Amino acid sequence: MMRQEKVYDMLVLGAGPAGLTAAIYAARSRLSVLVIEQMLSGGQIATTEKVENYPGFPEGIGGLEFGQRLEEQARNFGTEMVLAMVEKVSLKGELKEVQTTEGTFRGLTLLIATGTRARPLGVPGEQELKGRGVSYCVTCDGSFFQDKKVLVAGGGDSALEEALVLTKFAAKVYIVHRRSELRAIRILQDRVQKNDKIEVIYNTIVKEISGRERVESATLHDVVDGKTWDVAVDGIFLYVGLIPNTDYLNGDLKKNEQGYLITSDAMETSLPGVFAAGDVREKGLRQVVTAVADGAIAAISAVKYVDQLSDKEDK
Amino acid sequence: MNEHVLEVSDANFAEEVLASDKPVVVDFWAAWCGPCRMMAPVLEEVALELDGKVKIVKLNVDKNRTIAGNYKVMSIPTLMFFRNGGPVDTQVGFVAKEQLKKKIEDVFGA
Repeated sequence: MMRQEKVYDMLVLGAGPAGLTAAIYAARSRLSVLVIEQMLSGGQIATTEKVENYPGFPEGIGGLEFGQRLEEQARNFGTEMVLAMVEKVSLKGELKEVQTTEGTFRGLTLLIATGTRARPLGVPGEQELKGRGVSYCVTCDGSFFQDKKVLVAGGGDSALEEALVLTKFAAKVYIVHRRSELRAIRILQDRVQKNDKIEVIYNTIVKEISGRERVESATLHDVVDGKTWDVAVDGIFLYVGLIPNTDYLNGDLKKNEQGYLITSDAMETSLPGVFAAGDVREKGLRQVVTAVADGAIAAISAVKYVDQLSDKEDK
Repeated sequence: MNEHVLEVSDANFAEEVLASDKPVVVDFWAAWCGPCRMMAPVLEEVALELDGKVKIVKLNVDKNRTIAGNYKVMSIPTLMFFRNGGPVDTQVGFVAKEQLKKKIEDVFGA
């Protein structure tokens, strides 16, 4: 496919909060920036009903709207965007090259901000019934479960937040959590405890998902007393963790055991001119606020790197 | 804008999709679904490129619950591929343009 002659100062993979914030900062520093996104500005936050903890938005802000606003702000400063899937990257040369479904793009620097995706549970029935009651997105699929019984697997912030959104539609929401205590932030735990539609089942895992044409039941297993039983549900929403989107990167960059990219405080990866920001990197807290902070830092590091390259050329 | 992707409903689904002499791709969508909104321009472009060989239509699941229910759509976007009056394949979730073209080729041989 077509290869663009233009060489951008910075290519950004992923139009989530990290990638678009980096674009805003880099474009304001007069770098030419191209953001490559496969689906939707905002990334994971675009499928979040409401962002309640981003400072400065006391009423909260819809995730989809937040993503669109980030894109608009990045474009205002001259950022270009392309909707494409990344097929291959070459990172080792002075020019970073990204092959996508819409052509090949080249940049002096590359920022990886491809975030994470929902981790599959890996139980029988999950793949077969995906889109037939098994879902990873309440915002997308919640309304199909009007007055139905649903189950949410997980005990973190996402699991509880989404369970609370589901109570707007469903008659009954089970939260199945493998530990004896929820992990989510207290305010969410309090809301869950107060909600009559939600029942939390502790120390329990989902062992199997069953149904002929669509989800009909889940087999649960109590990890403490060893009891196994079936519960009739129409939908199963899985929030059991995340995996980093780093598969396309082959082995060139240093990753930790879970596949998250290891960076310096300046967001540098193990290769010069290649930076990483947001959920995709190894870090302690994956939130919009930490993603945007990463993005700003990465952009400034990229600006410095590009300046040094042109200094070299001047000599 | 949507000249190439026809909006169908519970009322005309039989006529536009089931009775179609061409293969049909049906996009089940809703206004509140982000990935669905991104699907729309992809479908437009693919429809334009296929130039009538395959018919591409969209159905709003909020306004047309009967058809969405009949075909057990429980996740959107869902693309369902129809030939000779019945569904032959289903694709759940957003797909990029090149993937969609390949899928249409695989399913319909078009």
